[in-house]
Amino acid sequence: MTAAGDANSFANANSSAAAIKSSESGDSSAAEPALLVEDLVVDRGEVQVLNAVTFSARRGRILGVIGPNGAGKSTLFNTLTGLLPARAGRVLINGKSIQDSRGSVAFVPQRQNINWDLPMTVWDMVMLGRTRRIGWFRRPGRTDREAVEDALNQVWMWDRRSSLISELSGGQQQRIFVARALAQGVDVLILDEAFRGVDFTSQEVMTLVLQEMRDAGKTILLASHNISYIRKLTDECLCLNRSVVACGPTTEVLVPEVMEELYRSVDIYRAYASEQS
Amino acid sequence: MDVFSDVFVAPFQYGFMVRALIVSLLVGLMCPMLGAYVVTKGLGFMGDALSHAVLPGMVAAFLIGANPFLGAIPMGIAVALLSGYLIKRAGVSADTSVGILFAGLFALGVVMLSFTRGLRVSLEDILLGQVLGVTTRDVLVTAAMAGAVLAVLFLLHKEFVFASFDPAGASVIGLPTQGLDYLLLALLAVVIVLAIQAVGIVLVLAMLITPAATSFLLVRNFPKAMFTGALLGVISAVAGLYLSYHYNLPSGPSMALFATVIFAVVVAVKKAR
Repeated sequence: MTAAGDANSFANANSSAAAIKSSESGDSSAAEPALLVEDLVVDRGEVQVLNAVTFSARRGRILGVIGPNGAGKSTLFNTLTGLLPARAGRVLINGKSIQDSRGSVAFVPQRQNINWDLPMTVWDMVMLGRTRRIGWFRRPGRTDREAVEDALNQVWMWDRRSSLISELSGGQQQRIFVARALAQGVDVLILDEAFRGVDFTSQEVMTLVLQEMRDAGKTILLASHNISYIRKLTDECLCLNRSVVACGPTTEVLVPEVMEELYRSVDIYRAYASEQS
Repeated sequence: MDVFSDVFVAPFQYGFMVRALIVSLLVGLMCPMLGAYVVTKGLGFMGDALSHAVLPGMVAAFLIGANPFLGAIPMGIAVALLSGYLIKRAGVSADTSVGILFAGLFALGVVMLSFTRGLRVSLEDILLGQVLGVTTRDVLVTAAMAGAVLAVLFLLHKEFVFASFDPAGASVIGLPTQGLDYLLLALLAVVIVLAIQAVGIVLVLAMLITPAATSFLLVRNFPKAMFTGALLGVISAVAGLYLSYHYNLPSGPSMALFATVIFAVVVAVKKAR
């Protein structure tokens, strides 16, 4: 329990720093959540995957999203990023609809959605994040190149800028996706299983970067099956199984009663219990 | 000096050879530029099918005595958009529905061709290309369309690349990925119609994917691959034209064969290393 306690006090210290930052910026919008989801209903084909999902995420917070396979985590993320339509409910990002907030949200998807046949260097990949800022018919300028350089340095991948992204390890590829989001300059970053099968260095680097982004007032949504990451990294946690099972501060939500209801699966619960001891 | 001028300069004392050279250069340049997308997005079948499907448009234009471009280009764009729609809608059976549509249209074109008796059109020229027969007007249309295609590819380069590499990510930041896909298919249709003059319906694929595929073996960066492919395409087209002139070979197949030989040599050299 002590390790978890330390992680919590660390997280609390960070979030209070972020709170000071956002109060310094002094605008009234700091009060409204960065992401507001109300009564969201989403179907995939004939199947209703999400039922009346309601939650919110504040600025300067990392929100973990956990739940069993098929709980609708990816469906939720695809809806928040505008890739899937919602049947009912509403989503507001900084008070604006998904349509109007494009460009301020980035998505680090599971890796199978990428066309790896297209040879793409690390540098070019991160530059893709600048596409909207550069604008139609234009070429990247100095600001764009500087943003790409900064982003690559932040994820410790500057030395690999000329490598092909298909040649990198899975963890390095994830870091490049995060770098693309950094170069894009997003308000909300959504990561789907970004830590799965990732090497140790990449894990550490991504943890640092996500914490830096949080401290800079960004909102981060992170789905993972790995409860210990969720505990280490997130301030708040959404427990999802088709609908919201629980949502609140990670320390309050990651308790045996909620886990049991969420998973109803002895194996996963056992893993959670063994991690506790 | 005499050998040089006999081999390289002499052919162009004829106007038809100059026109053929210009069209071949443009086709050799454009096909691999678009071919880079065709290869990486797996649109080879689409390209082949599309080249067959424009036949009714071409023949219809012949029948009413118009320039074949006037029939083939709108037909190509219409069919490309329709098949793009079929692929998005049909999902699993997209290959089948596109295949049925295109084979049917090709058959219709061949049947229509039998009504062109008395006109100077041969099925062989349409299938295998007859760049030596292009008119000045064909050259002008080809140049204008090539300029338009290259301008679109240049202006929308980063958007096309983003949407091809990571369609979901491109949608998330608000790029109209469907629109970009349709636009790319429309460009493909235009380039295919122009390339039919040089290499014919059957061999369009050789100009579209072979130099592009070769370039991906040589360079590892998408924009560089586009230019390398264009260089290989131009070399193949011009070499094919010379071979055709000096050895009295059919020009379209000579170009296609030259491109294939370059590909084979590059593969062999890469394996040998």
